[in-house]
Amino acid sequence: MPKAAPTHQPLLSVSNLKVAYPIRSSVLRRIVGEKVAVRDVTFEVKPGETVGLVGESGSGKSTVARSVIGLIKPDAGAIGFNGHDITRYSPRQLKSVRREMQMVFQDPYASLNPRLTVRDLIAEGWRVHRDVVPRGNWTAVAQELMERVGLNPDYSDRYAHQFSGGQRQRIGIARALALKPKLIICDEAVSALDVSVQAQVLNLLQDLQEELGLAYLFISHDLSVVEHLCARVLVLHGGEVVEEGSVHDIFDRPQHDYTKALLAAVPVVRPWLGRSVSSSTSTHPERLTQGGTIAPNIQSREERNDIYS
Amino acid sequence: MAEMRIGSDAVTRSAAASLLSVRDLQVEFTTAAGVARALDGVSFDVSPGETLAILGESGSGKSVTGQAVMALLPKPAGSIVGGSIVYDGLDLTARPVKDVRKLCATEIAMVFQDPLSSLNPVFQVGYQVAEPFRRRLGMGKREAWGKALELLKRVGIPDAETRIGDYPHQFSGGQRQRIMIAMAIALEPRLLIADEPTTALDVTVQKQIIALLADLQAETGMAMILISHDLGVVAQVAERAAIMYAGRIVETGPIREVYDRPAHPYTRGLLDSIPSAAEIGGRLTPIVGSPPNLLALPSGCSFNPRCPFATDRCRTKVPALRQPASRGSDHAAGCHYSEEVLADA
Repeated sequence: MPKAAPTHQPLLSVSNLKVAYPIRSSVLRRIVGEKVAVRDVTFEVKPGETVGLVGESGSGKSTVARSVIGLIKPDAGAIGFNGHDITRYSPRQLKSVRREMQMVFQDPYASLNPRLTVRDLIAEGWRVHRDVVPRGNWTAVAQELMERVGLNPDYSDRYAHQFSGGQRQRIGIARALALKPKLIICDEAVSALDVSVQAQVLNLLQDLQEELGLAYLFISHDLSVVEHLCARVLVLHGGEVVEEGSVHDIFDRPQHDYTKALLAAVPVVRPWLGRSVSSSTSTHPERLTQGGTIAPNIQSREERNDIYS
Repeated sequence: MAEMRIGSDAVTRSAAASLLSVRDLQVEFTTAAGVARALDGVSFDVSPGETLAILGESGSGKSVTGQAVMALLPKPAGSIVGGSIVYDGLDLTARPVKDVRKLCATEIAMVFQDPLSSLNPVFQVGYQVAEPFRRRLGMGKREAWGKALELLKRVGIPDAETRIGDYPHQFSGGQRQRIMIAMAIALEPRLLIADEPTTALDVTVQKQIIALLADLQAETGMAMILISHDLGVVAQVAERAAIMYAGRIVETGPIREVYDRPAHPYTRGLLDSIPSAAEIGGRLTPIVGSPPNLLALPSGCSFNPRCPFATDRCRTKVPALRQPASRGSDHAAGCHYSEEVLADA
């Protein structure tokens, strides 16, 4: 597969995205209000780039991912892919866009059909997009893909339950790669994995990016993973982007109080080299969720570098 | 703090200072596919006021260890087939489950990962927190309710006077875990076992819960066992760590020494796998392969197929926990080549 040509044209551009979920009355299910999940979110992903989306539960990160891939219709704003506004696309037009935009989900146990073999799981997309791989080559190409993501191609007739969590996530990645996408949305793709296996999958994602020029929209609550993988980072809080910047800006010079609080809460492996444990009363949940003035022990990456070294 | 004494053969001094003393514990699970040895020769001590972190990946046996102590092994599949669990001079493995449960009700408490599935959705939280006072201490309704309110305040539920009448679904995940902790500490247990208490929570909340547990321990002097897969989360509050792999403790010692100078290749691999700020965009060094199937463990050391130090000796002989040369007497690793692992760092 050829490497994506260097270009300044964004692959994905999301502007002023707004998604609201209706609140319904309990008996008649009438719409009585709305809960805004995402408000005025704007960002771009360039070809071959990794953009991280971080935030806590309820911050709207998964809602952003689901609207980008077209699982949710946004209430306002535009989502541009390859220069076209896909929010106005018909389902038929969306089908071709989805081929270039794939998703890897969090739970490798729930996201794979237990009744399909690995070969069929990988080939599933080819049933829909007939022109990608001719039917006669399905087995061979599926096995190539298995090999590419570090699975033994001899196991192509096995079922998902016969694999470990890390291997299942590799199957999920092979499935995403099968349609030769330009963008892969990873929604907490490594969060369910044990740390030793997580590192293998992160390395695989980096290798694939280098080789195939893939762009990633990487959604995670784990800041150390995002810091490791992403070039640019958006911090979401309460459905809004509170801070955006290069990974260095966000982790070295966080500007927003929420980003600072989030960074301060990241567990440190060897705390005796730096920070001391703060009292449970110093960062009270209410103080954090209301986004007021928070001044916990803030730590920039220079300080944390000492800790890790 | 009591020293860790390792392996049944190495017990020379009496473990009088420790509150809980587990020796050579063997637990087996009978499954359709065969018998899996979930714990194999697990030994550790916990003293009053001390925190032990039991760390490992999924399937390593860390949760089974907690379940075995609390007599919560899933029946009939799981059973203790050897070893002893001595709590305050009492061997729990020799007691009927009913007695152990009774003891656990008042002296040993447990906090689980998922607070929503541990709370009863149809009772007010105040009722649930007051339950131990009423059932175990025979308190009246009003008095127990007052005690419950005190506890909810203690664990940091804001506006506890009004929230005490709310139901579990009306609380956030972090608040639910605070409520679970309130229930666990209600009868002032001497030992608290927390099994992944923060895994389901956001990082900011996670930090608060860990700090709360540390505060409560400092206040009450209880012993604590923190079971986790996350090496970072426990580092601030635990004094000692036991690293588990495939049902065995492969390394144990003061947490700083274990993290700073790991003597087992698995511990080192785990530490190297954590994405750290020092290597943005660089390559991680993961452990190759995946954790073994407990039904078909490799011969010799269970870690040998994934180990860069493995030799034929590792493939035939199971290494015993021992103190590596040049390390303190309370640091031990179950590796034939600990000295090489330390020297290679």
